[in-house]
Amino acid sequence: MTATTQSSSRTKSRLMRSVTIYLYILPALIIMAIMTYWPMLFNLWMSMTDYGIKNLRFDAPLPNWVDIQNYIGILINEFGIPNFDFARVLFFNLFWTFSNVIFHVTIGILIAVALNVEGLWFKGIYRAIYVLPIVIPTLVVGTVWRNIFDADYGAINQALMAAGSLFGINPQTFHIRWIDQVDPPIPGIPLTLSYFALLIANIWLGWPFMTIVATGALQSISKEFYEAASIDGASGVQQFFRITLPLLRPAMVPATMYGIIVTFNLFNLIYFITGGGPLRQTEILVTTAFRLVNEQRLYGPAAAFGVYTMIILIILTMLTNRVSRATESYDV
Amino acid sequence: MSSSNVLGGVSAPTDGAPKYVETKAVTKKLGWGKQLVLQLLLAFIAFTVLFPLLWVFSMSLDPRNISRPTTLNLIPPGASLQAYLDVMKQPTSNPVSLPILALNSFLLAASTSIGSVIIGVFAAYAFSRFKFTGRQVLMVGIITVLMLPQIASLAPLFVLLNKVQFAIGDVNFNLRNSLIGVGLAMISGLLPFAIWNLKGYLDTIPKELEEAALIDGASFNQTFFRIILPLATPALAVTAFLGFLSGWTEFALSWQFLTNPENFTLSMALWGMTGQFSDNTPWSKFSAMAILVALPVTVVYLALQKYIVSGLAIGGVKG
Repeated sequence: MTATTQSSSRTKSRLMRSVTIYLYILPALIIMAIMTYWPMLFNLWMSMTDYGIKNLRFDAPLPNWVDIQNYIGILINEFGIPNFDFARVLFFNLFWTFSNVIFHVTIGILIAVALNVEGLWFKGIYRAIYVLPIVIPTLVVGTVWRNIFDADYGAINQALMAAGSLFGINPQTFHIRWIDQVDPPIPGIPLTLSYFALLIANIWLGWPFMTIVATGALQSISKEFYEAASIDGASGVQQFFRITLPLLRPAMVPATMYGIIVTFNLFNLIYFITGGGPLRQTEILVTTAFRLVNEQRLYGPAAAFGVYTMIILIILTMLTNRVSRATESYDV
Repeated sequence: MSSSNVLGGVSAPTDGAPKYVETKAVTKKLGWGKQLVLQLLLAFIAFTVLFPLLWVFSMSLDPRNISRPTTLNLIPPGASLQAYLDVMKQPTSNPVSLPILALNSFLLAASTSIGSVIIGVFAAYAFSRFKFTGRQVLMVGIITVLMLPQIASLAPLFVLLNKVQFAIGDVNFNLRNSLIGVGLAMISGLLPFAIWNLKGYLDTIPKELEEAALIDGASFNQTFFRIILPLATPALAVTAFLGFLSGWTEFALSWQFLTNPENFTLSMALWGMTGQFSDNTPWSKFSAMAILVALPVTVVYLALQKYIVSGLAIGGVKG
């Protein structure tokens, strides 16, 4: 008799337990279902319609079904948006990402190595200063750099003018229109000055994270490697390429992949500094997606653009994950 | 007494001398030339890092009511805090004061970060500890969303939230045009990260603790509330803070959704004072605003820095 009540209470408690597990997940699931997954499904439907401002009103009629017209329209710029070019945006987005991350990783590692030199003074002060770009909100970083690059009153041009006047150079030489000059500064290379302005700001923003990751990894490298190498007569440069770099790899590869995803989607910097300009020359996918909704108000095409963006990001994420995983079991 | 303890090493030179030789053999002493080159290099880098910050700081102190700076100087002549006072009263041409903007940002950031952590930790615990039907599918669904920027689904969010409208008396409520709507969208944006990050932390807590509690007769809920939650406090704090950080400066959703100035946030006002929109805003005001927006979160970030770096595991890397 006690045995049966015990086993029935056990099954009852087991049932209770699995009910509780689902109850634990339920709140998160409900919110994500309503605010994430449902909008995504709705987005798929919207992307096949000509949803526009006319359909926004509460009692407005349903938009017309246009099949995959929006998807084709984005590829061949059928919506009459000036200077809109999907292929260019995608290519620039990838180029932007890789050109930035290369600088972040290289500079990050070099500074970490310099900071890790034994007997160096003021290490703590440098570390405290170098972390600042990470801890300041990127919104503020973006808006401040926007003003720094201002042609008339920006700090960069004023600093260049001050430096130039020491050598008697006409200040007008340094009236550089960082944000809105259309002609590329280097003939033959289709990159505007605004790209270089963004690059400078993003290098400022990006390397400290890589330095932090590299410093952590450097401190775990045993000094015996270097001592043995010194005894064998390896030079400092040889030690860097044969010991430091290979041993940094397991830490730097995931950090680089993370950096690639973040830079690929770096809305705050591009939108606030150049707004994608001039003539949409520095537009990336997320800024284009935002402006399709915010400025053009083409909700149908914007939905299709969102689908493209998600597909591209899923591919990019899978690629970076694969690279991370392939290098994660690197034995030290 | 204690000072003699500290000086103990000096009073026993026979003990100290061989040790000194030993450490000298292991650590290479940095030569003067190398030290100088590295110091110059690192100081220059520190200067480049500080340059934009010093520029903004010095501009914010500029008392002259000129719209734009024309020279570079660290402390402008007659430095004052007037710009900060002006910004407190009314940062943009919209009739809202800074405290109201800050309150909106704070309410959004605090409610979404705390909400996402509370909802997220329950789900994270279930995912971390139990195998149940649908676990794999749900986890993949959450991880996939983690990688997707919310801007990619801005159009459907805008349209769907805009459909929730009703009138109470004379007041028309539109969920899209309200802080609640923005907050709901933000919570769902924060949840995947909260679940993923908290699950990663809970995975490192040994199961033995809960097993012992279960044997002692604790219920499922008791184990979670009495054992897991206290142990997860650091991760909860870090996750909540990072959520707060993104909420405090959230821009895309609020800029797209909100139209009533009394609902505006700090980030919207700051952008309204920058670049193309800033025609009438003196840059001293912009700078004061930028500093006031950044300072609270930056100070907390710096204070929590150690916990954040160790509480976050990006691909298993601990800095």
